[in-house]
Amino acid sequence: MTSAVLKPVSSVTWIAGLVLAILVVASLFVGVSDVSPGRVFSDAAVFELLLVSRLPRTLAALLVGAGMAIAGLIMQTLARNSYVEPSTAGTAQSAELGVLVVTLFWPSASLFLKSIAATGTALLGTSIFLMTAHRLLPTQPFLVPLFGIVYGGVVGAAVTFIAWQADLLQYLSVWTNGDFSGVLRGRYELLWIGAAMLIVAWAIADRLTIMAMGRDASIGLGVDYARMLQLGLVIVSVISALCTVVVGTIPFVGIVVPNIVSRLAGDNLRSTLPVVALSGAILVLGCDILGRLVRYPYEIPVGTVMGCVGGAIFLWLLFRRPAHG
Amino acid sequence: MIRIENVSLKHGAASILYDISLDIPKGGITALIGPNGAGKSSLLSLIARLQPLQSGKISIDGFPVDKTPNRDLAKIIAILRQDSIVTSRLRVRELVGFGRFPHGRGRLTSEDHAVIGQSLQQFDLTDLADRFLETLSGGQRQRALVAMAFAQGTDYLLLDEPLNNLDMYFSRELMRSLRAIADDAGKTVVIVLHDINQAAAHADRIVAMKAGRIIADGTPAELLTSETLQRIFSFDMPVITIDGTPVVMHFR
Ligand SMILES: Nc1ncnc2c1ncn2[C@@H]1O[C@H](COP(=O)(O)OP(=O)(O)O)[C@@H](O)[C@H]1O
Ligand SMILES: [Mg+2]
Repeated sequence: MTSAVLKPVSSVTWIAGLVLAILVVASLFVGVSDVSPGRVFSDAAVFELLLVSRLPRTLAALLVGAGMAIAGLIMQTLARNSYVEPSTAGTAQSAELGVLVVTLFWPSASLFLKSIAATGTALLGTSIFLMTAHRLLPTQPFLVPLFGIVYGGVVGAAVTFIAWQADLLQYLSVWTNGDFSGVLRGRYELLWIGAAMLIVAWAIADRLTIMAMGRDASIGLGVDYARMLQLGLVIVSVISALCTVVVGTIPFVGIVVPNIVSRLAGDNLRSTLPVVALSGAILVLGCDILGRLVRYPYEIPVGTVMGCVGGAIFLWLLFRRPAHG
Repeated sequence: MIRIENVSLKHGAASILYDISLDIPKGGITALIGPNGAGKSSLLSLIARLQPLQSGKISIDGFPVDKTPNRDLAKIIAILRQDSIVTSRLRVRELVGFGRFPHGRGRLTSEDHAVIGQSLQQFDLTDLADRFLETLSGGQRQRALVAMAFAQGTDYLLLDEPLNNLDMYFSRELMRSLRAIADDAGKTVVIVLHDINQAAAHADRIVAMKAGRIIADGTPAELLTSETLQRIFSFDMPVITIDGTPVVMHFR
């Protein structure tokens, strides 16, 4: 907030930005088809491949990573609990339900329409989660994530059941397991709406920080608590729905990134939001590149890679001694 | 002036406040005392619009609390709740800075920074300014919360048991700071106190509540007599006077 406080954070921001830039360049040149920097400008076909496939894939990973990390952060603020995220607390599953139902009744619906349906169900599903979470005892902080996991599991089971009945199971894995290999120009641009949500989040960063201090503190400082809850809900739902529809759910990003940043730099969102967004992008893009390299020339979906990498980071977060403990 | 007219409050079937009417004029320190469960916190949270008015009226400087926009009230009145818990990892300076939110909606001007610095200094927090709240002791955290309320720069300051967790030295320091801001800056402080002798030494006026009603109201000298205290707290305590200040021997 003051320059003294901002300095260490903004140097972290610069480093994160640099790392991300390196990953972006790497992402453009890693893959089955040979795209080397030297050939990009001499060979028109290679340049075309870069524009049609590699660049969209890289941008998608970046947007999804930043979006999921911020959605996780805001979800944690709304629930006042640092161990929830959209993919484990019913948001992603509700979004899947929306896409599934639209696909069932209107198979030819555009991605955009599917996204709108997914956003609607995600809003509904997340509202139910939050209403319940706010009723749980604040003295039992682990009830909230536990409830989220059970709730997300129930909605997820309903989704699987419907998909199985309708013979749509192989479609389902497209939405439940994140994968960037299908991202092409013309198939990822909806994610830019998610980027717009990031800007909204940035605009209300101070109010979100105040909201995390609780309802009474918010009212006392003249913040409209109910409005902020709704706005936060919209941001979380839109981002989650878009990510689900365009690339599928990626686990752990929304939980590990905000938690690590919180430990290192605190919870003043005005200074930590950019770091969270950049780190989320780094993690997802890094995992996608890893997925392209591990079994080269075959690919492992980013959702699977993140399941391993994110899971390991999450365990480390849980088992390392708490800061200042 | 805070004007409370015929305010009653119920939680379900239980009546919490019965037809309270009270005027708190601008300036000075008013201490609210009374046994646990008397309704002190409920009254403060109604004044600070933290819960909706069920019946009666409350206005601050003529602004009815139930009809004035929240963000306008935030520039007139600040409240520190009895059990405020901030779980966010914020530095002391950041927390105090959020007290300025009602003024710039997040943008801090150089004037804001001056107020933040002054608040930190007023409550002895300058050395702790860059520490995370969770690394502070209970009393230090309490002071940070008071400093945040003070930084809000409102004419009215409602403090619900701010001396909780404070040792003797800092209790006195806090009361002296409040005295100073009442005298020098003309602030109006309404403070819930359990240490009746702090009220005796620093308040201009004491309002006593019991079982949802105001049962006594006056200057410390008027109110702090064995008879009145017996009525409020239901046990006998001697009162002596030292240098013109009543001292209540409630501990014997
Ligand atoms: N949310 C609530 N629901 C039911 N009863 C409440 C609630 N809040 C307070 N009360 C009751 O109201 C009475 C007054 O409480 P309070 O205003 O906190 O008293 P004080 O601050 O004087 O100790 C108590 O009997 C308490 O049990
Ligand atoms: Mg109380």
